[in-house]
Amino acid sequence: MFLTEEQQAILDGKLGETKAKIMKTLIKYGELYGADKMVPVTQEYGHLVTNAGVISWKAAFNLMQRLIDDGALPREKFTLDPRPYDKNIPCSPVEKLIFKIVYSQQKRYEKQLWQLGKKDEDAHTCTCYLKEVGNIPKKGDILSWAESSAVVYANSVLGARCNRNSGILELFGSVLGLVPAFGFILDENRKADWIVEVKTTKKPEAQILGSAIGMKVVDQVPFVKGLDKFIGNTLDEKTTSYLKDFGAATASNGAVGLYHIENLTPEAIEMGENIIKEGAKTYVIDDAELERVKASYPVIWEDPNAKPKLCFIGCPHLSLFQLIEWTKKIEENLKKNGQKKVTVPTVFTTATAVKKEFDKTEYADRLKKTGVIVSFICPLTYSASPGSSKVPVITNSNKFRTYSTARYYTDDEIADFITKEVK
Amino acid sequence: MKQFKGRVVVPGELTAEAVVSKQGFNCLASFKKALLPLPSGKEAPCDDQNNENIYGIKMAGKALCLPLTIGSTTGGMIIYCVGDMGRLPACMLYSKEVDPVSAAGIILNDVWTDTPMPVIDKLGDEFLDYVQNGMKINIHKDGTVEVF
Repeated sequence: MFLTEEQQAILDGKLGETKAKIMKTLIKYGELYGADKMVPVTQEYGHLVTNAGVISWKAAFNLMQRLIDDGALPREKFTLDPRPYDKNIPCSPVEKLIFKIVYSQQKRYEKQLWQLGKKDEDAHTCTCYLKEVGNIPKKGDILSWAESSAVVYANSVLGARCNRNSGILELFGSVLGLVPAFGFILDENRKADWIVEVKTTKKPEAQILGSAIGMKVVDQVPFVKGLDKFIGNTLDEKTTSYLKDFGAATASNGAVGLYHIENLTPEAIEMGENIIKEGAKTYVIDDAELERVKASYPVIWEDPNAKPKLCFIGCPHLSLFQLIEWTKKIEENLKKNGQKKVTVPTVFTTATAVKKEFDKTEYADRLKKTGVIVSFICPLTYSASPGSSKVPVITNSNKFRTYSTARYYTDDEIADFITKEVK
Repeated sequence: MKQFKGRVVVPGELTAEAVVSKQGFNCLASFKKALLPLPSGKEAPCDDQNNENIYGIKMAGKALCLPLTIGSTTGGMIIYCVGDMGRLPACMLYSKEVDPVSAAGIILNDVWTDTPMPVIDKLGDEFLDYVQNGMKINIHKDGTVEVF
């Protein structure tokens, strides 16, 4: 890899051993993929995936402490994934005790985050790119981010350039302000390997469509045709909310880091079908294919017939548009089912900055009346605690389903489920 | 016995029993139990409900054969932390090019610890078609993999 004089000096230890090792790590990372140079990070803020003070992540926290002690700090401030627990979410005393043990590093990590350069107190969310949060890359910006759902959104919807970096590596890129030039940083790797033809009779559920595509193309780039007729040609809040959930499912059920939607996403509009590689494979998705994919999700509750004890909606975190739409949906379903409040304890998760805006609307009080709790947590991390993994949870999130014992239902199914008498 | 040749990501020489994921290996989901500071996680039983090949199978000390990893970008950090707990597979053998997420964890182990995990990638689809759970595997420093 070609290094500038300044970069070579870092590698040679002129700025200390820790920065030299960081440079060595990034060079090894890049050289695996044929990177011939480093390129500067241009986005104003980073985004970290490491979100919780998990007891067994001590190695990561020890490494971060070394960065702090040696003054190897990120050049840019950063947002990061949401916190793991919230006292407002119903849980048993045993679960509470287990949370304390599992997340025993939380206090230490919170202190480290400020020392490393956390953007602000509202920085904890997986949807850092929402306008209320304010970590919004421009088209062509080079990022050193992790968090699969944020990376795929930044690449696909915003046209930024970021690889699917792992936790710690994204921090290393921010410390040096450099990332190796490979993968989605380069034009040639942003072309589509797959044509996905959506031939359903109605708008596909974002979470199942994303899941189907992720499982099929795995880490390759899909160009999706036929979806714009259902979701439109404008990147408004409704459409970007759909794409947020769709992308998260492609990235968690597969390893998609970039997708193009015909007539909608920036590079698909700019290049049209020229962004499709010669010899691209085709995947046709119809109603039956979506049904097949949904039916393939395993049910791993200890008692498959158990009554659900908790429902999570908002993985990735809900946008303001979605909070309002879900409020209306819950109200409509309560009325239809003759209930006043949700019949399954239900948590909507969103960024604190989004919640602040939501609280200014009439919908905040209306939602409160339905009994739904609004929280800032990461449901995924919440459910990873051994005390919570046995609780029968339902969700409309394919990402959450993938990493937990939660059972997946579509938006309509879940809205009906949580608003009628639980038998 | 069949022999395969791949690219050396981290060199090593060892013999281990194969654990084979024919589908994308989800690091976060698979290592969830290994990350629990409990004896039940010591042998790193695969905890990915969606991986019908190896769900529940112990991975610590085995030769983990896979196409590549998928899912959360915590994956590399997870590999680094599981390594710190001494619960990693003996080696990871990829049929495809190692993906950036797990590559990060592998390189972190290599550069920042004294216990790097040997890794070979680009072994080809034929390798993954041939190898089965329980087979014996020898790996060599030049990227040669023997499967018995």
